[in-house]
Amino acid sequence: MKFTLSWLKDHLETEAPLDEIVTALTDLGHEVEGVEDPAKVLGAFRTCRVIEAQPHPNADRLRLCRVETWPDGPDGPSEEVQVVCGAPNARTGLVGVFAPVGTHVPGTGVDLKPGVIRGVESNGMLCSERELMLSDDHDGIIDLPPDAPLGVRFIDYKGVNDPVIEVKITPNRPDGLGVRGLARDLAARGLGTFRPLPIEPVPGRFPSSVSVTIAPELKGKGCPIFAGRTIRGVKNGPSPDWLQARLRAVGLRPISALVDITNYFTIGLNRPLHVFDVARIKGGLRIHAAEGGEELLALDGKSYTVRAGQMLISDEEQPESLAGIMGGELSGCTEETTEVFLESAYWDPITIAATGRALKIVSDARYRFERGVDPAFTLPGLELATRMILDLCGGEASEVVMDGAVPDTSRAYRFDPKRVVSLVGMDIPAAEQRATLEALGFTFDGEMAAPPSWRPDVQGEADLVEEIARVASLTKLKGKPLPRAQAGVPKPILTTLQVREQTARRTLAALGYNECVTYSFIDEAAARLFGGGSEAVRVENPISSEMTHLRPDLLPGLLRAAARNQARGFADIALCEIGPVFAGGEPGEQQLQATGLLVGAVAPRDPFGSRRPVDVYDAKADAEAVLAAVGAPARMQISRKVPGWWHLGRSGIVGLGPNVLATFGEVHPRILREMDVKGPAVAFTVLVANVPLPKVKTPTRPALKLSDLQAVERDFAFVVDASVEALALVNAAQGADKALIESVRVFDQFAGEKAEAQMGPGKKSLALTVRLLPTDRTLNDKDIEAVSAKIVEKVSKATGATLRG
Amino acid sequence: MTALDTLRGKYIEAIASAADEAALEEVRLAALGKKGEISLKMRELGQMSPEERQTTGAALNRLRDEIDASLRARKQGLADAALDARLKTEWLDVTLPGRPRRMGTIHPVSQVMAELTAIFADMGFAVAEGPQVESDWFNFDALNIPPEHPARQEHDTFFMARAEGDDRPPHVLRTHTSPVQIRAMQAQGAPIRVIAPGRVYRMDMDQTHTPMFHQVEGLAIDRDISMANLKWVLEEFCRAFFEVPSVELRFRASHFPFTEPSAEVDIRCSWEGGQLKIGEGDGWLEILGSGMVHPKVLAAGGVNPDEWQGFAFGMGIDRIAMLKYGIPDLRAFFESDLRWLRHYGFAALDMPDLAGGLSR
Repeated sequence: MKFTLSWLKDHLETEAPLDEIVTALTDLGHEVEGVEDPAKVLGAFRTCRVIEAQPHPNADRLRLCRVETWPDGPDGPSEEVQVVCGAPNARTGLVGVFAPVGTHVPGTGVDLKPGVIRGVESNGMLCSERELMLSDDHDGIIDLPPDAPLGVRFIDYKGVNDPVIEVKITPNRPDGLGVRGLARDLAARGLGTFRPLPIEPVPGRFPSSVSVTIAPELKGKGCPIFAGRTIRGVKNGPSPDWLQARLRAVGLRPISALVDITNYFTIGLNRPLHVFDVARIKGGLRIHAAEGGEELLALDGKSYTVRAGQMLISDEEQPESLAGIMGGELSGCTEETTEVFLESAYWDPITIAATGRALKIVSDARYRFERGVDPAFTLPGLELATRMILDLCGGEASEVVMDGAVPDTSRAYRFDPKRVVSLVGMDIPAAEQRATLEALGFTFDGEMAAPPSWRPDVQGEADLVEEIARVASLTKLKGKPLPRAQAGVPKPILTTLQVREQTARRTLAALGYNECVTYSFIDEAAARLFGGGSEAVRVENPISSEMTHLRPDLLPGLLRAAARNQARGFADIALCEIGPVFAGGEPGEQQLQATGLLVGAVAPRDPFGSRRPVDVYDAKADAEAVLAAVGAPARMQISRKVPGWWHLGRSGIVGLGPNVLATFGEVHPRILREMDVKGPAVAFTVLVANVPLPKVKTPTRPALKLSDLQAVERDFAFVVDASVEALALVNAAQGADKALIESVRVFDQFAGEKAEAQMGPGKKSLALTVRLLPTDRTLNDKDIEAVSAKIVEKVSKATGATLRG
Repeated sequence: MTALDTLRGKYIEAIASAADEAALEEVRLAALGKKGEISLKMRELGQMSPEERQTTGAALNRLRDEIDASLRARKQGLADAALDARLKTEWLDVTLPGRPRRMGTIHPVSQVMAELTAIFADMGFAVAEGPQVESDWFNFDALNIPPEHPARQEHDTFFMARAEGDDRPPHVLRTHTSPVQIRAMQAQGAPIRVIAPGRVYRMDMDQTHTPMFHQVEGLAIDRDISMANLKWVLEEFCRAFFEVPSVELRFRASHFPFTEPSAEVDIRCSWEGGQLKIGEGDGWLEILGSGMVHPKVLAAGGVNPDEWQGFAFGMGIDRIAMLKYGIPDLRAFFESDLRWLRHYGFAALDMPDLAGGLSR
């Protein structure tokens, strides 16, 4: 919403300076987004007189001027300045416009400095209108009448000293979409006096030749009231300069007096109007719901096909206007128009919003009607506009024709001055509170306050409080401590899952991963590679083709990030993310994942040979570290039923029964190829929510059992089929004597060609170390032999292993 | 000089000049061995008179002990010298780099969320969460934004696709964290104090906008919580978060459908040479929106507005992270550029807490 200061002053009698008005508007809730103040840009340019203009001694085309200037204005002393000027019309006695040294010339973008031109000093500039960006005129310097006042600011002389203010009007305040509404707020704040707007009805001289009817389906609904009248004998030419200047200032193009008047009412009074050329409509006007399929060429030059139920204004033959949104081109006013029908109506905001959105039309009328103009101002607005048309275009007005009635918006809420203290915390005297509401147009009946018809946003007692606090200024609000809900040391507030999320994140960073935050949506192809991409997770209106589906997994985002980093020259990459993934499109179908991705080598090249490619055991170790950190039990099962984006032979699932806690492994080479990642790449995903909660939550640790008896370690080398998994041996050995065996660990694997050469085809060797911890007496050789034999037996039985000779 | 003195002088000198352990052993055998000079002298004691034996015996014992101690000392000295000589040959270039170790980092958004949690936990706020795919009722209606309200259009909402025949209004990617207010109130009732940090989505992508960003919602409901309490809470938060001695906030009237009265909140700051300083200067920077929870919103959360009242606020997490840590570009937050992650990221053990201060 843009308006000029002089426009505001039509409605507000005030001496307040611009800055104060701007600050107050923002503080009242109408955030000022920009101020264009001609005085700030052009204030230094003043009228001057050329005392004498002589040829430049060293240049034929230049003139040397002695200029009389008034640096402090017409009431101050004058000062003679020497200026070199190239304009052909620079002459003795010329009254022009002077810019002193130090001025920024907007038309050239130059800051004036004292200069020497062809050996002669020049201290300032005689300007053209283009240099001031007031017009395109650059035939010469400004040449004013000889009797023009000297030393005054040129913007004052020219009458263009009208600052333009742009405010952001919040959607609840349609009254702020009219200059008058803003003036009312400023007056309530105490920045001046709100000027009255007397309404003098224009008597009708004859019956209107155009009748109006609201179809039954819209009466009391989409179109509560529609009024108008014809005005005949008008002359529609350009509107007066002052009106054109105002419209231009706020960014509207002057068209003709009749159209400019309707725009003037839209901006000034938030009263959109429409004028039809009576000669171009047939019979009366009918306001009705469209059947669907009707076409209309609108004033923006585009043709619209309306859907059933959208509101139209039609004459006997065809639609003439998209009701409340945009008029039709065919019945619009032109220079030739001599008789107009002036429309003033009130439209239901919801219907207008729906239609405007469906037709994708943005117009000043739609913008206002969908937010809610003042229904009670329908007829007064018509009268005022009639008066203005008669004043500017002549002619005579018919009687008013009308259908429907002004909708009843009357309501009242209990006014309790104590609510301002209890809700806002500001102490404002009751009388002042009441005066504020009255200044805003509220009326009182006892303790009930009725909002004015132009404030559809006021819907309850809390709104009264808001109005009072807003006008009094929330900047005066002083903070007041919020006592703790309970005295003493605050209790922990995070849930177990929230703590786990943090723990997983910090653990991953500690393990050397750089945490990423990638978008929750990815492209369909990537989503499909990871088991997603279904219709249920499709975004209906994606912002780009890379963000069409909610991600089913964190890996695609991390792989894409790895590819981007590889393209930047990074070879060894460790990335992680902890965030939501989406199994479906219903609220709650999301799950927290913690994923790590390793690409390249575990370390840079160094003198110790630390560098080696990342492998599945790196991923497994890190997955286990995260699982341990979030409280997973020490012993879990490993299975191999991994989803398709993992390497079939080199990945696994860590689980407890059917409960999957983590997946780890090499990323499938086909996936790497599709995602442009150069391998090797290994990864893991931990589902932190699936880790079971501890059965008993107590800070107390179980008692530490220390034995003074000597622990014994024994090593066993087994020969097994190459496909036998180490965990099978470990579990079997562990089961040999649960009381005595403290731990079993794989300490060597011998596999591959050399191993097969020694142990036979399809064989490998696995070496275990078993730690025995006696509980009651030191073990003797016999004890050890007994348990060893049992271990060998158990392992052989479970896996077909034999002891390696 | 007695014979013993001579003997002593001879062996002390021999010990001192022994070049290695073998030479030293020869000296030991010559002096203290079975047939060593001193051992033989000791044997001669038996043939002496008791008086003679007493004096000579004592002197001999002293001599033997002295020689023995001297031998041991020399032996230790030789061993130390030999070890030093060996260590010298074991020289390594200690200017070589240490073994490589990966350094991980925490993303600034995570770090700032942890900071927010630490501050608000101290003021008794729990952390609430909600789904990121939301029904339009939670995202809009419950927050007093009816279907045709212009505010709904200003949200640049992402909608989820609807299957054919499913006539429910499409779900949305939540446009703000405010729906968590409703879910938290429904789950917990009043009184309540929660913050709700998380991802939100708007259809907007340019220099300063990304289609996904992070917000934190605050909600405090009790019987007598006022906007003055809101201002204090935000002042305390800003002072603690920006780690400055004091802050000044300015409340400006505004409009949000879900609060009434509503206020935009500006913080006093200065920009000097592109450097933002919070708490001083003549500038104001808009940092969040807030207000008193609208009675209709309380009702939607199942809380009786005649009994309870309170405040809510919403703030951009990425934005305050940018302000606090001087991060220039929002879009880079989500690009996972290793150079950016390493430069703006935080160490794993930099866990913000109020006792040690939020940032290191």
